[in-house]
Amino acid sequence: MSTPLLELDDVTMHFRIKGDGLFSRGTNKVRAVDGVSLTLQPGETLGLVGESGCGKSTTARLITRLLEPTSGKINFDGTDIAHLSERQLRPFRRQIQLIFQDPYSSLNPRHTVGTIVGTALRTHDMVPKSGELKRVQELLEMVGLNPEHYNRYPHEFSGGQRQRIGIARALAARPKVIVADEPVSALDVSIQAQVMNLLENLRSELGIAFVFIAHDLGVVRHFCDRVAVMYLGRVVEEGPRDALYEQPHHPYTQALLSAVPDIGVVRGVPPRERIRLVGDVPSPVNPPSGCRFRTRCWKVQDICATAEPELAIPALVRPPAVPESPATAVTPDAVSASVPEPAAAMSGQLTACHFAAPPVAPVVAQPA
Amino acid sequence: MTPYLEITDLQVEFPTQDGTVRAVQGLSYALPLGRTLAIVGESGSGKSVSSMAVMGLHDPRSTRITGSIKVGGKEIVGMSERNLMAFRGADASMIFQDPQSSLHPYFTIGDQIMESYRAHHRVSRKTAKARAIEMLDRVGIPNPGRRVDQYPHEFSGGMRQRAMIAMALVNDPKLLIADEPTTALDVTVQAQILDLIADLQRDFGSAVVFITHDLGVVAEIADDVLVMYAGNAVEHGPVKQILGTPLHPYTWGLLESIPAVSGTPGPLHPIPGSPPSLLAVPNGCAFHPRCEFRDRVADGLCGEKLPDLVARTADPDRLSRCHLTGPDRIFETDILPRLP
Repeated sequence: MSTPLLELDDVTMHFRIKGDGLFSRGTNKVRAVDGVSLTLQPGETLGLVGESGCGKSTTARLITRLLEPTSGKINFDGTDIAHLSERQLRPFRRQIQLIFQDPYSSLNPRHTVGTIVGTALRTHDMVPKSGELKRVQELLEMVGLNPEHYNRYPHEFSGGQRQRIGIARALAARPKVIVADEPVSALDVSIQAQVMNLLENLRSELGIAFVFIAHDLGVVRHFCDRVAVMYLGRVVEEGPRDALYEQPHHPYTQALLSAVPDIGVVRGVPPRERIRLVGDVPSPVNPPSGCRFRTRCWKVQDICATAEPELAIPALVRPPAVPESPATAVTPDAVSASVPEPAAAMSGQLTACHFAAPPVAPVVAQPA
Repeated sequence: MTPYLEITDLQVEFPTQDGTVRAVQGLSYALPLGRTLAIVGESGSGKSVSSMAVMGLHDPRSTRITGSIKVGGKEIVGMSERNLMAFRGADASMIFQDPQSSLHPYFTIGDQIMESYRAHHRVSRKTAKARAIEMLDRVGIPNPGRRVDQYPHEFSGGMRQRAMIAMALVNDPKLLIADEPTTALDVTVQAQILDLIADLQRDFGSAVVFITHDLGVVAEIADDVLVMYAGNAVEHGPVKQILGTPLHPYTWGLLESIPAVSGTPGPLHPIPGSPPSLLAVPNGCAFHPRCEFRDRVADGLCGEKLPDLVARTADPDRLSRCHLTGPDRIFETDILPRLP
């Protein structure tokens, strides 16, 4: 495997908040992101999914260094950018761009589209002043807008068109990575599909790597090569798209996928077993000990409260360890030969659970 | 079965400086007790505006409403504010999308449910509070005796939506309108709330109007579906038929736009263009400028004449508003192969 373009290594982001008492001010922390490790290959699309408060947007703000992490490393192209100063960050800012969720509040209403996209060009010295307008028009055309509309204001555009302006602004800097935080969730379905197709085309034409954050699991499956599932500030499962959707090993992933309403039922796809989670996500100020999902998990055992499971290839499918007694010693080669290589190990699907196992029944409907 | 809610030729218009916004134009449908109707459409299709008209929530000074809305035999259009006060909450009630902004932050959850109950029942605070606790328990809020005295900020998003449902149902209304009740919620919580609404409907036997843009949700909870576009119904019928073998090109476009969680990746086929401005709805069929099949109708009829909402196949239950002949064949040959 080639060296990753972007690598998060045990990144944490804690926000200090006021405590209840007079003397506890500043002692409580919201553990928004608590030990996240991720990699992104050049040109790859990584999806981040999870429910509100799981830390996916904070992760996006860390990758783009809008936030400085409490600890951990963020390696971009071989440089740790986690604690660089604003000045040192400059060259990296160009290469990591962000697309926001809300196409209404993320564009300055007093600036024309030409200024909005042109500012990105000027900030990063992308083109000489004389070529600026031409480049703005090129970018507008690239995202499917009329290039003659560069002197219009954001309010003259619809929601989907504004999201295209946001995309043109991100593309202006010729980034290597685009972090898209819920880029289509504010749009109507028919417009959402248009923007999805646009992102898809840009990705294949320009070879940009994406970190794609969405709560819509259908959208993520459609767009991403690899998917990481987050829960309460941690990645609980990560793997290639199809493996993760068809064989989720973590109970939370299984519950999440099975909760998605599926239109297939009216087309004769047999209804699936629903996994119903009880209760709410615990507070990130005081997350549960051990496995954070244990308070809502149906597989919970004593060990879950004491030991935090690591994100790894599930133990149940790992080849058994070499026995210590020399009498029954088997060579590692013999072990791996006798145990059929499990699907999860081959695909590189990682799960943070003591009892990780594939679902008993499919959690997403299988097309006939 | 006599319908509990019956809407006939409803028009809702808002006169503005720029012209008249024609939000709902000639909507008719009926809903009997015990059934769930899902209204589907994009922003500006008139799904919320028509439902607010059912609750009599439009300001008569800035809205022109014509047609008829009958709920349990009572005519809502033109009803006095005094009668509307007695009607709302008792005969029909509504749940909104954002439970955060539809609860008052200064009053406890219990106070707000009690207020709703005492508006329609002459009972003591004590009785009303017992009723509030009973309702919180019914919607699955643990420890209702303690929760009743808490404020909205002490509830999570899913809990707030449960409290909203408790408030809406405290007077046993026969009609419940849920306007995108799960859109602001996470999927696992959404699943809980959908279960709850289905449960309560079974117990109370009420009629439910469920407004949403999520066709997956529709497939799971609805008996019937009404698809709206630019202020009008374009398709109406049982959920299995409307989502399984739809007859209107707009419904086709919606289905093609949604990447399925179980689906095979491939390019989506979105509807081109964007929904029309309600200040200037296109002539003829409002959808024709975005419709890829308009050329299959002779003489440019789509741009001239608004088709009627009528049965297009042998099945009298399913209505569609389209000039195309043999839409069921077109669905089979052109649309089905490219659904995600």
